[in-house]
Amino acid sequence: MTSVDQVLAQFQASGTESCFHGRHIEPQIYAGLDGSNWRLAEYQARGGYQALRKILGQDGAEGMTQDQVIATVKESALRGRGGAGFPTGLKWSFMPRQFPGQKYLVCNSDEGEPGTCKDRDILQFNPHIVIEGMAIAAYAMGISVGYNYIHGEIFQSYDRFEEALEEARAAGLLGDKILGSSFSFQLHAAHGFGAYICGEETALLESLEGKKGQPRFKPPFPASFGMYGKPTTINNTETFAAVPWIIRNGGQAYLECGKPNNGGTKIYSISGDVELPGNYEIPMGTPFSKLLELAGGVRGGRKLKAVIPGGSSSPVLPAEIMMQCTMDYDSIAKAGSMLGSGALIVMDETRCMVKSLQRLSYFYMHESCGQCTPCREGTGWLSRMVDRVENGQGRTSDMDLLDSVADNIQGRTICALGDAAAMPVRAMIKHFRHEFEHHVEHKTCMVPAYV
Amino acid sequence: MISEAARARFDKEVAKYPANQKQSAVMACLAIVQQELGHVSVESEQVVAEYLGMPPIAVHEVTTFYNMYNQRKVGKFKLNVCTNLPCQLRDGAKALQYLEDKLGIKMGETTEDGMFTLQQSECLGACADSPVMLVNDRTMCSFMSSERLDRLIAGLRATEIK
Repeated sequence: MTSVDQVLAQFQASGTESCFHGRHIEPQIYAGLDGSNWRLAEYQARGGYQALRKILGQDGAEGMTQDQVIATVKESALRGRGGAGFPTGLKWSFMPRQFPGQKYLVCNSDEGEPGTCKDRDILQFNPHIVIEGMAIAAYAMGISVGYNYIHGEIFQSYDRFEEALEEARAAGLLGDKILGSSFSFQLHAAHGFGAYICGEETALLESLEGKKGQPRFKPPFPASFGMYGKPTTINNTETFAAVPWIIRNGGQAYLECGKPNNGGTKIYSISGDVELPGNYEIPMGTPFSKLLELAGGVRGGRKLKAVIPGGSSSPVLPAEIMMQCTMDYDSIAKAGSMLGSGALIVMDETRCMVKSLQRLSYFYMHESCGQCTPCREGTGWLSRMVDRVENGQGRTSDMDLLDSVADNIQGRTICALGDAAAMPVRAMIKHFRHEFEHHVEHKTCMVPAYV
Repeated sequence: MISEAARARFDKEVAKYPANQKQSAVMACLAIVQQELGHVSVESEQVVAEYLGMPPIAVHEVTTFYNMYNQRKVGKFKLNVCTNLPCQLRDGAKALQYLEDKLGIKMGETTEDGMFTLQQSECLGACADSPVMLVNDRTMCSFMSSERLDRLIAGLRATEIK
């Protein structure tokens, strides 16, 4: 008899489609991966843990000071890969290094922004790069304890990360007096269990403390009041994973991989109507058209209609605007959207924008934590109204009312989920109002129905 | 009841946190309970509460806040199919509907023989692999075309034939 595990094993992704397709451009984080070489020995063969040895002065040179590490990261222009794009070196410099009590480092691997699946492949196929990046960050900020909070839905990646931690501890790369230096760092893995909101950093902290994941009001920011009320720095998985390369090659070299103010490479998750959905690591500033080409172009040779460029919360952009963009924070922001997590949801000419928005608005209603009234009530309003427009029961006043409800949510909540629910609605109506009007007037789609 | 093996796993989770912050392990402990018993009952919540030294209501808040904890009994195999937009654009909703038809149940229901519970889920974070589904919280199944869904269901059913 076949066991359940044997049955399920037949349906696991190998990573061939999403990661080992050989269509990255000068990759750093995904470089040289094949799915079987995630272990410590192979990571070290790729140059892994050299950066940690370098800062600790365990490679024959004299090592780097905390200030030198932070200055290098600042010089690199690395910006947070989780969605906000905040300069990493600057964030690290906010940490009160001289604070006498316990401080914490947290990795946000709660990757649940619809469209985003890049951190899963990092944790699954190159977990040690995250461990090394976190150890370097901990050294730079004088932190002795860290946690990696991993999306509960990718439990296999959580198990893998635990295994990688064991390897690193056994090799003296984590724990007390790392590599014989005076630096100690304990790192642990934690997991979520199905709450989108825990990707918000203060909700994540609440969850790590064993509570409901309801965001905290900021300020105080985590740098002064974080985990257990102690100074805490939180970065995204991909952000930490970028750090070892920066330390090995220098901040300037990293900056030059990308464009000014947008250093390095970035991993883009492409889903939806393309031939080859997957993760693509390319230099910042690469034209969108090139990225689309890497992903095999629009599926079935159809025409591009629109792209949600930075995860489901970012405003949708029509094809003609998107085709002019380069893939970096500044270009996408100038076009009126956000690079966010770098997840592109591609939609072709056969897609109904009302139906697309309907699914997203349902999602935000479902995931609102219920803490702030404008979000808890407003996301329900948005969802029910988009529903009625989609189902042919809309009124001509609905578009303005949707806009007004969105306006009354945006900026009036503790965390960004309210904004995340409002922005897609406003952008869809801004760019595709005629489709909503068509629905109201003709009680049907402009495009043929699809499931 | 919660086994000794599960309690040993609780210890490992608790050890990750400061001695006065045992509550931090509640998410992991509840997930362990669910893996062992299939769902998190009020009785299990009390055991976890006592173990971690927290009020039972604080444990219950966690169970009810996070989507993946089963607050009641589910089938032997819980199937969560993602239908969020990136998956919807690549047959996620179709996969869910296919399973509804195949199993003769609607989402949220359990088959009469207690084998399968079918649920719609939000983003699983594996968008490039769509259609994707999660089996019993811990195993992601990718590229679930109708043909692969047929094989999955047949394979899981076959594990029950003694």
